[in-house]
Amino acid sequence: MDTPIISLKQISFKIAQEMILEDITFDIQKGEVLTITGPSGSGKSTLLKLIGSLFSPTEGTIVYKGKELKKIDPEIYRKEVSYFFQNASLFDQTVKDNLVFPYFIRDKVADERYIKSYLEKVKIPESYYNKPVAELSGGEKQRVALVRNLLFQPEVLLLDEVTSSLDANNKAIIHSVLSDLNKEKQVTIVKITHDETELADSTRLLHIVNGRLEENDGK
Amino acid sequence: MGNNLEINNLSLIFSTGLLMIAIFIDYKQKLGLGNEIFIAGLRAVIQLFIIGYVLSYIFQLDNVLVTLAMVLFIVFNAAYNAHKRSEGIPDSFKISIFSLGTGTAITLGLLVFTGAIEWVPSQIVPITGMIASNAMVAMGLTYRALNQKFQDQRQQVLEKLALGANEKQASMSIIRESVKTGMTPSIDSTKTVGLVSLPGMMSGLIFAGVEPTEAIRYQIVVMFMLIAVTSISSVIASFLAYKRFYNDQKQLIQ
Repeated sequence: MDTPIISLKQISFKIAQEMILEDITFDIQKGEVLTITGPSGSGKSTLLKLIGSLFSPTEGTIVYKGKELKKIDPEIYRKEVSYFFQNASLFDQTVKDNLVFPYFIRDKVADERYIKSYLEKVKIPESYYNKPVAELSGGEKQRVALVRNLLFQPEVLLLDEVTSSLDANNKAIIHSVLSDLNKEKQVTIVKITHDETELADSTRLLHIVNGRLEENDGK
Repeated sequence: MGNNLEINNLSLIFSTGLLMIAIFIDYKQKLGLGNEIFIAGLRAVIQLFIIGYVLSYIFQLDNVLVTLAMVLFIVFNAAYNAHKRSEGIPDSFKISIFSLGTGTAITLGLLVFTGAIEWVPSQIVPITGMIASNAMVAMGLTYRALNQKFQDQRQQVLEKLALGANEKQASMSIIRESVKTGMTPSIDSTKTVGLVSLPGMMSGLIFAGVEPTEAIRYQIVVMFMLIAVTSISSVIASFLAYKRFYNDQKQLIQ
């Protein structure tokens, strides 16, 4: 196999004296769909946040494209390795405020036509562009948030049970967009899910119990 | 105008009767505030007598350096009190002294430069007191708002960071709201001035026999100067303080 896109080396994470994750080592290969499973409270979500650089490990190192994460500007890294939350919240007033944000942080002028075409992909009508976020349903919010993460295509997408609170229709829309991204654009996906369809989609499974990596089925 | 502005010792002693009313209410209602009211009253008397004599001395001395030292003393104390209200924001004393010092210097500088007041201790010291105490309250409110909003909007900040925003981009809406919170009291009191209360400066001048039409001119300057100093201090304080909510990896501190 090629050099991994991300490597975790003996990662541990403690909050106060409580050990949340212990001695986690594994590689993530470019283009794979890696699923992390395990009982709730096992540390899966924390692990994903560590990979997303939202927290730093207490011990061990994370390496991205051969470079230690500590030595990479987190702003640049997070634009390439994009964490997507379980119940993503939309900020400010309108759908537009959220979708121009990725342009704003890159000092770029928002491309309205592109944004609207992306909204179309997740089955959100163009007319929603100026809609107040308070008027959107849970599923619509999650789809708009997904577009917010994907307007500038990341190299790695970290998905934390992103469809767990959605109905079948919303799940199917999000699943199809993510699956296309992986197959057509080779975007690497690391996700936490309990959903059968999404599990079946994975190229590899990792199982975490009590903060430790239990098995690697090498699928 | 021949207003009698002297309060003789007997009148002063009788005024403690007003304090007795509060202590009586406390005793009847079992509020448990008796000691505190007594100590507050005693402290006020001692502090005011001391400051009265200190001010008399400084006014007579009329020395530029002594006046400046008094200004610095007021700014230092106000900054210290603002820092105590920061609820643990790191470096809040340094931030407070810089924000309050800058706000006071700019406002005071403009007032002196435009001739609204003169650099004489009898004008500089009370005006500095007004400026610094308002800035202190504004900064206390700004700090509290920052703490509260970083807690309430934690998820949104995390999402912005996850999208690749830097600390400033992720905190901008919180900074704006916090500055607004700090400035609101001085804007509100400017809106209601004359309708709800006759503010201290104007009341003092009227007491001293100045025509109300003349006293309002001073009050107008005071209101504008308070809006200026609260906005300058709150803006600087929030822009210096927001970074303290992040670590060097641009992560929100737990």
